Amino acid sequence: MSMTTSRDVTVYESPIEGSPSYGMMAEFDSAEELMAAAHKTHDAGYQKLDAYSPFPIEGLAEAIGFHKNRVSLVVLIGGMIGGISALALQYWVAVITYPTNVGGRPYFSWPSFIIITFELTILFGGLSAVIGMLGLNGLPMPYHPVFNVPAFAKATENKFFLVVFSSDPNYDAARTKAFLASLSPRMVAEVPS
Amino acid sequence: MSIDENKTKAASAKGPDVCPTKRNQLDLATVKEQIADTTGPEYWRSLEELAGTEEFQEMMHREFPKGASEWLDDFSRRGFLKTMGASLALAGLTGCTRMPDTEIVPYVKQPENVIPGRPKFYATAFTLGGYASPILVESHMFRPTKVEGNPEHPASLGGTDIYAQASILDLYDPDRAKDITYLGDVRSWPAFMEAVKGPMSVETRMAGSGVRILTQGVTSPTLASQIKSYLDANPQAKWHVWEPVNRDNVYEGAKLAFGEAVETRYDFSKADVIVSLDADFLYAGFPGSTRYTRDFAARRNPDGNMNRLYVIESTPSSTGMKADHRWPMRAGEIEGYARTLAAGIGTGFAAGTAGFNNPAGGATKFDKTVATDLSGHRGSSIVIAGDHQPPSVHAIAHAMNQALGNVGQTVFYSEPVDANPVKRGESLNALVDDMRSGKVDLLLILGGNPAYDAPAELDFASALKSNAVETKVYLGTHRNETAELCQWHVPEAHYLESWSDARAYDGTATIIQPLIEPLYGGKTAHEIVTILAGQPGLTGHDLVQQYWQKQHTGADFDAFWRKSLHDGWIEGTQHAPKTVALKSASFSATQSMPASGFELNFRRDPSIYDGRFANNGWLQELPKPLTKLTWDNPIMIGPAMAERLKLNFKDVAELEFNGKKVKGAIWIQAGHPDNSITVFLGYGRTRAGRIGTDTGFDVYPLRTSQAPWFGDGAKLTAVGGIYQLASTQGYQTMETPVGERPLVMERSLEEYKKEPNFAKEEEPAKDLTLYKPQEFPYEKEAYSWGMAIDLNSCVGCNNCIVACQSENNIAVVGKEQTLKGRHMHWLRVDAYYNGPRDNPKGFFQPVPCMQCENAPCELVCPVQATIHSSEGLNDMVYNRCVGTRYCSNNCPYKVRRFNFLLFQDWETPQFKLMRNPDVTIRSRGVMEKCTYCVQRISEHRIDTETASVREGKEIRIGEELQTACQQSCPANAIVFGNLNDPNSQVNKWKALPRNYSMLAELNTRPRTTYLAEIRNPNPELQSGLQSKTEALVPEAELQAERT
Amino acid sequence: MATQTQIPAPDRRVPVIAPGHTFSTITDKISNIVLKRPISLGWIFGFLIVFSMMNVLMMCLGYLFVKGTGIWGINIPIGWGFAIVNFVWWIGIGHAGTLISAILALLRQTWRNSINRFAEAMTLFAVACAGIFPLVHTGRPWLAYWLFPYPNTMNYWPNFRSPLVWDVFAVSTYLTISLVFWFIGLIPDLATLRDRAENPLLQKIYGLFAMGWRGSARHWHRYESAYLLLAGLATPLVLSVHTVVSFDFAVGIVPGWHTTIFPPYFVAGAIYSGFAMVLCLAIPIRSIYGLKDFITERHLETSAKVMLATGLIVAYGYFMEGFMGWYSGSQFDSFLLWNRFHGPYKWCYLGLLASNILIPQVLWLKKFRVSTGWLWLISFVVLVGMWLERFIIVIVSLSRDFVNSSFGMYYPTKWDWMTFAGTIGMFLTFMWLFVRVLPMISVFELRMLLPEAHVHENAAEEVKP
Repeated sequence: MSMTTSRDVTVYESPIEGSPSYGMMAEFDSAEELMAAAHKTHDAGYQKLDAYSPFPIEGLAEAIGFHKNRVSLVVLIGGMIGGISALALQYWVAVITYPTNVGGRPYFSWPSFIIITFELTILFGGLSAVIGMLGLNGLPMPYHPVFNVPAFAKATENKFFLVVFSSDPNYDAARTKAFLASLSPRMVAEVPS
Repeated sequence: MSIDENKTKAASAKGPDVCPTKRNQLDLATVKEQIADTTGPEYWRSLEELAGTEEFQEMMHREFPKGASEWLDDFSRRGFLKTMGASLALAGLTGCTRMPDTEIVPYVKQPENVIPGRPKFYATAFTLGGYASPILVESHMFRPTKVEGNPEHPASLGGTDIYAQASILDLYDPDRAKDITYLGDVRSWPAFMEAVKGPMSVETRMAGSGVRILTQGVTSPTLASQIKSYLDANPQAKWHVWEPVNRDNVYEGAKLAFGEAVETRYDFSKADVIVSLDADFLYAGFPGSTRYTRDFAARRNPDGNMNRLYVIESTPSSTGMKADHRWPMRAGEIEGYARTLAAGIGTGFAAGTAGFNNPAGGATKFDKTVATDLSGHRGSSIVIAGDHQPPSVHAIAHAMNQALGNVGQTVFYSEPVDANPVKRGESLNALVDDMRSGKVDLLLILGGNPAYDAPAELDFASALKSNAVETKVYLGTHRNETAELCQWHVPEAHYLESWSDARAYDGTATIIQPLIEPLYGGKTAHEIVTILAGQPGLTGHDLVQQYWQKQHTGADFDAFWRKSLHDGWIEGTQHAPKTVALKSASFSATQSMPASGFELNFRRDPSIYDGRFANNGWLQELPKPLTKLTWDNPIMIGPAMAERLKLNFKDVAELEFNGKKVKGAIWIQAGHPDNSITVFLGYGRTRAGRIGTDTGFDVYPLRTSQAPWFGDGAKLTAVGGIYQLASTQGYQTMETPVGERPLVMERSLEEYKKEPNFAKEEEPAKDLTLYKPQEFPYEKEAYSWGMAIDLNSCVGCNNCIVACQSENNIAVVGKEQTLKGRHMHWLRVDAYYNGPRDNPKGFFQPVPCMQCENAPCELVCPVQATIHSSEGLNDMVYNRCVGTRYCSNNCPYKVRRFNFLLFQDWETPQFKLMRNPDVTIRSRGVMEKCTYCVQRISEHRIDTETASVREGKEIRIGEELQTACQQSCPANAIVFGNLNDPNSQVNKWKALPRNYSMLAELNTRPRTTYLAEIRNPNPELQSGLQSKTEALVPEAELQAERT
Repeated sequence: MATQTQIPAPDRRVPVIAPGHTFSTITDKISNIVLKRPISLGWIFGFLIVFSMMNVLMMCLGYLFVKGTGIWGINIPIGWGFAIVNFVWWIGIGHAGTLISAILALLRQTWRNSINRFAEAMTLFAVACAGIFPLVHTGRPWLAYWLFPYPNTMNYWPNFRSPLVWDVFAVSTYLTISLVFWFIGLIPDLATLRDRAENPLLQKIYGLFAMGWRGSARHWHRYESAYLLLAGLATPLVLSVHTVVSFDFAVGIVPGWHTTIFPPYFVAGAIYSGFAMVLCLAIPIRSIYGLKDFITERHLETSAKVMLATGLIVAYGYFMEGFMGWYSGSQFDSFLLWNRFHGPYKWCYLGLLASNILIPQVLWLKKFRVSTGWLWLISFVVLVGMWLERFIIVIVSLSRDFVNSSFGMYYPTKWDWMTFAGTIGMFLTFMWLFVRVLPMISVFELRMLLPEAHVHENAAEEVKP
């Protein structure tokens, strides 16, 4: 438990006393509790909230009102760019800029060009999937206020967290705290920004 | 650098000095002069001092502009010194030659009629055993680079032989002797003359009784007259001649038949039926082979009046492989056979006894048929006997030709071409006796290598070693076995460095003119003899000119001289036919062979002849026509015998003959007579040079004057162990367990007449493709190159290989690499056997790049390093090649070659001079292959284009454009030309019914196609030869078992 | 998976994760291998061995660059030797990882979760080994970059019709995609390590690579769709790579290369050898690092079944080759067949049949599928067999093609062998380091295997085993 103590220290020593809080955090023991809490919170009219779990939980995002992401769109565009540019390059090289008689095959021997077109489609698509995902998630982001809560270290192990952001119109430190406490969490803590 | 420049004078082959020295100008040579006797640090200091002088800086500008510009700014003085050092190292080559200042003239002023980059051709002649092969030599800026046949000379008609082709490499052989030496110490030419003057004056007083001159076969009229005049002056002096591969039997046979030694020459163009009694007249080394091949091949046209060739031979030869009927027979039995044959055509001979290899039935039938065939062609047939058959066989052959009325029609007799046709064996024997008995005081050995190749029983080496002979002078190009045993060794000038003359097989004389100043100040036999004759200072040029001046009767000698030089032969020197009468019809038979026991045959090596070419890398690596062996000589035996003795390829065996033993590796040769062994001369040299020393095994110790060519009672025993033999062809039959492969197409004449198109394989239709066919430029261009090879004419003489190697700067890789399968020949000649292994049919197939239309190699090259040119060539772009070797894997014909290691010699300066400047030197990691001699194509294109501009009308490249292989082919078997020109020869050939492309079913659409082989067997003998193939042990699989 | 705890009765199979584990036990067990477990002597000793093997490779390559490809046994006609054999072999092995992560992910085969991580790592290392060969087998390696299309003053480009250029694209794409695939799989675990590491430096390093992952539901949402899309893209990719490799041969006209069966048969072979390698590694690792709870017999058995299946496809490939040899009527193909059975390399071919077809048939018996000893042995035999297969395809085909005069033989030199051994050393070196610095099993995916990971109201959408 040396870990936690060390974290406590960091909390108290942090120079963010009295500064506007980032939000209110509740800790839960299981995915089911978190899910239920998320639903309740969302139903209670909170929009700006987020849930944290050590593994993906189906439906959780929907529960906090996050329904569709645009990763697939990014991938589609990336893949198309890859494929088209590959075919274009090959055509340009083989037919326009430097046509050569290779083994008596026509300059535009399209069957030979399929492979590279395919490979580049995959390459661009794949890369844009990763970059798109990270980008949309705003990663990399080494610092984030939620890390200031000592217990949050368990978010990557076995604990589940729900945060209502102070930017939420209905947010009021006291009331929100009370509301979260009503969801029978393990603890409720204010997240300093 | 400096070398070629230094050589300009003589090389321009025209008397006057092309560029006189300028006083205030230095050149490397002079620099070396000035620093000649300084060494070590001092050496550099003297350089520095020199560097100060103005002339020096000026010279720097001339010699190496780059170095000079560096030189001018002080910073990179060190860098300059490096350059200087390097170039001096290179110049070190000339450093070895001592040349009078007057002759070392840098090439500072452009002589007229020399266009840099445009080669010039000079006519001269290469000699082998005295017999001249007339040639034209290509000279790039006064550096001889390539040998080609002399189209105007009757003995060449444009063809050459492998030895002439490869001789260019001998000129630049870095192992050549570079100094006159006395007991190994360097001496000067004057010193040498001083040294011999003493003994000479003594000798002249005693009418030269102690003087012996030993030469090789001499046909040079000039040299002969020189020696003769000396002998006239000194009647006691003697002139001996020795050639290990000699024609004693020919002259002896003539003596036997006609009572006088006459030269026999043949006209194969008129012969319908040819019977060869062990004569390999289609391979280099047989005097006149080049011309004979041309005439013979011309008569192989199945659409014309095709000749028929019967070969009875004791060792499978390329001639035998071309035969319509071949009969393997032990050499000793051929006489018996000849008598039977002679009896058959009514010469009043008693039929010979049937021998071991011709069991009653077949043989006699064979004899009869051949006899009737001959008798049916009186006046249009030839019976020719091999040089290694005893005189009696030659005599019988003469008798037959007489009886058949061939004399004057197809067979001609004339004066011996040899200037001194003494019997070699006896001549040398006499010399050795004199040497041992101390009669010899001064021995001049002019060329040759008797210490290595003299008959064993004479033990010439020890005789030469002994102090019985006072002064021993050896004139030779290399410090070889003989040179080691003589006190004096005078480096001999290569024939491309010297003035001389020689006669071809028909007596036609050629003036041998130099193309380059002796690289190492070599001397010629002429110059040595001048010392004897007490007329030193006379140059070869003077001597030859004087001689012909005497001969020349007409006016204006100068014109005659120039014409002779230009044409490469002297009008009216051909020996006139001479009528000789047959003495008697019965010749004492040489004792006939016992019908059992092994016969041992000695043969000249197909590649290195009698050993004189042992240090020639091109010839060493030249696959021998039948075995495709390189770098070694095997003990050759027939398959049946191998089976009985349980011997296999590469087994080490001990060969015992006349009580002497040698060890060698076994090679099982299809078609080799049973109970007979063949070994090849010329290997096992101990002092040949970096290339030739310790290759193969020496069989001269077994060879005696009694049995110079064959003898009976040899023993062959396996001693265990394997000796790797490097054969370039893995598999010598087209048969596979699943059927014969359509590589060489062959039919008999009748079958061909019935079905002329037999060779055509159906090629997939052009539109059977995934793509819509594309039009490529070469379909519209002026030129589209193609080649056709007539398998019927090809006699497997290997000329094309050497010519290609010389023309295209192809590297020699050595035995180890050849064993690994990494030889570099762009053009190979495949040899296949088909039919019963004891007497198979043989096929030769030259395989250059096919320049496929749908080239599989191009498709797979990732970097487009090999693509099609606008004229349809399958170009190989060396600079672009990254060396994936994918193209070679995908080449069905396997004609691509790869530089697995750095095979080219980038250091040796001599080779830098030798190479063809028009062809890239390929480096490590690059693929290379036949380009249809694209450099020649470009040259002609440039010519015609400039001509077109000049004339104002379009001029096209015509038939004068020839690839190197085509140019050197004595058989005219290769035709190259423009497919877009309907009248081109190549189109005519491709239009012939027997034209086919190899592996057509692959749809590669080769531009190199073949004319199928047609044999003309005697219908009555057909049955005997048609039988199923028994494949020999495939070489490659054998290796697998062994390793 | 949850079904196991609810209705264990129907599913008699060994579970993919031993009972009694919780989120934290899983996390501890796996992350401690990296963070807490002391470096054992055995590890160091083994590392020294494999690392010196890797240095043999470096030495061989050095000598190769100095002397040229001539140090190998290659020649004309056999222009490709061990280099290409090893290339194809390694690439094949490099297929299991992505296959497991991608295809099995698409098929919702959750048992993959416990083996995909190091299977992917293995893939990367194998592809890295494979990548060496096409580069250095060229005669002039320093110019190998000419295979990439890049603008240059010569205005000259690669030949896009050449399978080798396809290779360049396929392999480099495969390497890149596998790498990112592996990396994003690692991110959540890196976050775990970041939060558990005590050594501040390690915290920093892991934190750097974790990129501030905090497990937000939104992130998970995007993360999962990205992962799914990657899997979707990687699936055709993994199938295409060995197809393209097989084109190196199938596009050629050499008998023994020029067949249409190659793509499927190469892919099957790749998966075959890939799983063999996975087993060869998994079996020792799970016992050494006490991971039997996570890599259970169930995994080994399933992998064995995959091997059996792909092995049979490969067998079918051999059979079709033989059949076509007879059916095509092309004498070159029928000679090829004859040569394989009677030619100088017949022992390689018979050995191939034995090790790739005969011996693996014992996997029909559960006894062999579950006995780790046997399974390891069989996998090893398969690896050897698959290497022999490439030897037959590349070298034996080339040694006997169209023109009899140009038949040849290939004898590997010591450099051939040392280079091959060297790449094995390199592969193992990477593995050695990997197991110590990264969680060799995907922690967050294991968590998902626990029943607690599943929220009941979503039971409908739950994963069926």
